[in-house]
Amino acid sequence: MSPKATDYHSLQLHRGNAGTGKRADSIRRLRSDLKRDKYLYLLILPGILFFIIFKYFPMYGILMAFQKYSPFAGIFNSPWVGLEHFNRFFANPDFLQLLRNTMAINFMQLILFFPLPIVLAILLNELRSERFKRIVQSIVYLPHFLSWVIIAGLTFLLFATGDGFINNVLAALGLPKWNVLTNPNLFWIMLTAQSIWKEAGWGTIIFLAAIAGVNMQLYEAARIDGANRLRQIWHVTLPAIRTVIVILLILRLGSIMDVGFEQVFLMANGAVSEVADVFDTYVYRVGIQQGQFSYSTAVGLFKSIVGLTLVLFSNWLAKRFGEEGVY
Amino acid sequence: MKQFAGDRIFNGLNVLLLSLVALVTFFPIYYVLVVSFTDPSEYMKNQFIVFPQKWSTISYEYLLSSKAFVNSLGASAYLAVVGTLCSLVVSSALAYGLSRRRLRGRRFLMLFILITILFQPGIIPNYMLIRQLDLINSYWAIILPALTSGWNVLLMKGFFDSLPDELEEAASIDGCNDISTWIRIILPLSLPALAAFGLFFAVAYWNTYFNALLYITNSAKWPIQVILQNMLISASTGDLLSTAYTEKPPSQTLKMAAVIIATVPILFVYPFLQKHFAKGALIGSVKG
Repeated sequence: MSPKATDYHSLQLHRGNAGTGKRADSIRRLRSDLKRDKYLYLLILPGILFFIIFKYFPMYGILMAFQKYSPFAGIFNSPWVGLEHFNRFFANPDFLQLLRNTMAINFMQLILFFPLPIVLAILLNELRSERFKRIVQSIVYLPHFLSWVIIAGLTFLLFATGDGFINNVLAALGLPKWNVLTNPNLFWIMLTAQSIWKEAGWGTIIFLAAIAGVNMQLYEAARIDGANRLRQIWHVTLPAIRTVIVILLILRLGSIMDVGFEQVFLMANGAVSEVADVFDTYVYRVGIQQGQFSYSTAVGLFKSIVGLTLVLFSNWLAKRFGEEGVY
Repeated sequence: MKQFAGDRIFNGLNVLLLSLVALVTFFPIYYVLVVSFTDPSEYMKNQFIVFPQKWSTISYEYLLSSKAFVNSLGASAYLAVVGTLCSLVVSSALAYGLSRRRLRGRRFLMLFILITILFQPGIIPNYMLIRQLDLINSYWAIILPALTSGWNVLLMKGFFDSLPDELEEAASIDGCNDISTWIRIILPLSLPALAAFGLFFAVAYWNTYFNALLYITNSAKWPIQVILQNMLISASTGDLLSTAYTEKPPSQTLKMAAVIIATVPILFVYPFLQKHFAKGALIGSVKG
């Protein structure tokens, strides 16, 4: 039976039973809708089950953060300890160190990484040769698809003091070795440089899309008014993508608690541990490796809650700027 | 005339700058590629190589004769193929169902999915779940938690939203129920979009590293990324890869060959991926 026909059918039912009350009627309607769409519900069932099991069930595991969890007793029988783990974490000097590293890495990314896709997109847009543009795009988009293991590997192969390319070139020129990989002073910069290499090209896509929507007549008009290329960029291109920039900047704020876990985890080593430890790597080390499940769950929960607050706040802020927001 | 000259300078500088960007991006890959094919004798002799005189495939032969290495490639290929198929079926079925306006509870279900984007319980609760499900050392521990994500469902739903209801009506008149309509009408019509999503899923599964590290403790079952990490960073090539070869190529060229082998599948699907960048931009920026 076609959906339309069923709708008509239930509409008739609705009219026919006008006297028996609205409530009974809407229940009947619901039932007939559910019956009509039973295969549709069957279709979404695996996906819904996925979300229940893999996204909602772990939320119940959060209870561990308020317990002295023991794997033998399980969540049902482990004793409750209230906010003990949180108090312990905030009193721990590790907390301030994690916060400092997370913020430092994020701010460095914000200042050094964030403007680059914008600049790159504008430069790409100014190219006169479509062919050259496509070639450059193909090259700079590629690293986005490489895993962090490969990126870390490339970094080691290029920068190792032992047999890395850069240091071999420096040695051939008679210059001293340059220690990048185990140098705490350079660790944050190195992470930022890696992120730029991997994602700056890919990040241009959203700006290029915004630039593509600019009316060409605006450039024409600016040219007639005597604007050179830089002035055209300043007065036409930039204003056109300003809202996208503001939105992305605000949303970036929402993820300021996040540092690419795999990246930091792969690049960290004993020499840089003081500047490399972030929330996720800490949770991994203390939780998975040392087995302090309750404590590390509490740390993870703290990060999630701050992250959630920031995302909601930044989304609200984006809406204040007259944008749709993401949620 | 003055403006014309300024234009040319601008264009010239722009081309120069972008060539430099492309070069910096491409050089690491180029360097690793050529050195991986350099003959060990030349590699040992020279301080650094930009273009080898004597080529050799010995590093590749050595790696591909290692059972552990080949098995890890197989494991990753298995994850990419099986994982992608499962992901596509589950995600597209859910997204299609949610895109139908007549579905009761649609708003509630959308909220139910949105919440999972906003709030993640963290590493430990996920790890405990996999332990409770007894999936440690099973490839399902990698595939199941990555089947889909709120973002993927929202994006796919956006695509299905654009399919007109008339399609279904025609199908139902021909005697299709919702499932057969989905299989016979909707999926074939969505093949280009499914291909795009499939490629992104496949790349994600091939690149899986951390979940494999967490959930696969048996080193014989490790996928390529974990093997690669061990080779490159922990530098434990010796015990990991035992082969019949008596003469081992330099560990540097071996590492480079391993990086290239792990990159080749990505390079292979890259031209197909490129067609879908507009959609992909959204997927890539929010995966997880």
